[in-house]
Amino acid sequence: MSKVKMTVRTPKMDMTPMVDLFCLLLTFFMLTTSFRPQEAVQVDTPSSVSENIAPEKNVFTIYVSKEGKVFYNLDNGADSSLHIRGKVLKDMATQLQVNFTPQQIAKFEDLASFGMPLKDLPAWIDAEGSKRDAMQTGIPIDSLNNELIYWVLFSRKQNPEAFATIKGDSEADYKVVSEIFEMLKKNNVVKFNLTTNLEKVEVNINDIK
Amino acid sequence: MAEIIQNEGGGKHKGKKRAKKLSTHIDMTPMVDLFCLLLTFFMLTTAFSKPKVMDIMLPKDQPPDAIRQKIDDSKVLNVILDEKDRVFYYFGMANPSKPDKMPALLESNFSKDGIRKVLLKRNLKLYSRIDSLNMGVLKGDIKIPRDSVKSEIKKLKSDDKLNLGYIVLVKATEKAKYGDFVNLMDEMSIANIPTYSIVEMSKIEKKMVEDFKNKPVN
Repeated sequence: MSKVKMTVRTPKMDMTPMVDLFCLLLTFFMLTTSFRPQEAVQVDTPSSVSENIAPEKNVFTIYVSKEGKVFYNLDNGADSSLHIRGKVLKDMATQLQVNFTPQQIAKFEDLASFGMPLKDLPAWIDAEGSKRDAMQTGIPIDSLNNELIYWVLFSRKQNPEAFATIKGDSEADYKVVSEIFEMLKKNNVVKFNLTTNLEKVEVNINDIK
Repeated sequence: MAEIIQNEGGGKHKGKKRAKKLSTHIDMTPMVDLFCLLLTFFMLTTAFSKPKVMDIMLPKDQPPDAIRQKIDDSKVLNVILDEKDRVFYYFGMANPSKPDKMPALLESNFSKDGIRKVLLKRNLKLYSRIDSLNMGVLKGDIKIPRDSVKSEIKKLKSDDKLNLGYIVLVKATEKAKYGDFVNLMDEMSIANIPTYSIVEMSKIEKKMVEDFKNKPVN
């Protein structure tokens, strides 16, 4: 009986330090992470020196895209058992006479920002995740057909603590944003936030004199 | 123990001894793979810088018969935003009934020496007050708790409102971009402008901007 001897030894590397490092980094990222909410549209926010941190709860956000399309998002209030999104959608449905099934309303509560006339919303809720983006045509804000005003009104009605935030693209037309300002003002929302990026500016008083 | 001894005693083959020497290395590759994957996932999904916000306050709509506060013309600075990041400004009021006394329209930009300087110069008194307060607190000359600095600045601002009453009116043409509006709001907060208001452009101002643009450059 001839035995085949293993002469070729597999090269082995000590991976322990690497694994240690990975483990450490992984723990760090897992603990620090806060998931980016999925957004209907990519918005390039302008920068400012403001250091106030955006609130995470009790907000409704109006997005203005580069092309001037308007999107909307609201959260479920302090916790999701309040079902604010569902309640607002029910109000919208009665106001604009669009029918939603209870399943659609329940599904809507888990979704994020959206931007389409209310009549297209049921189709969007039922659509597959990948097909949703193409259906975002913007919320109508014309004077004849202003659905955004209802969204804001009902969001405020269902959650009086909700705070308005406008997240506009720096390339968006000011005209669209000023219309939204006017609309908010008419609804007695006179204090709101503009989402921005942080930028540092140094001012030397001696330069001015 | 006894068994082991027995084994050793009875061990005739070298092969058995070799089997005992097997290294205790575990193949860590799958674990590393998994870690690598998760690490990449978390690194890509994590958002470090939380979005910042700027507060905006709009005046409430007043009934048309409300008593309006009269603003002294000399205390008004008008800033007009236009397309392609252009900024115009003028002091005072453009009154269509006094065509011979039209204020001169000037152009500026968003650079360091642009509209910021105009606003700062205008607001120099208040700005230097706030600046010296900040410096005093930093150096420890003024002993107030850190968290009351903000309210102290607020007090200075409202004092200034009563004394000087300078006001900035923000206007924008149809083609202005939202980014410029935020830029201007930002410049105001840098310059600590206490009072400003966002208003519609009047006809005469539109004409002023048009005239300025059509003016031949010499």
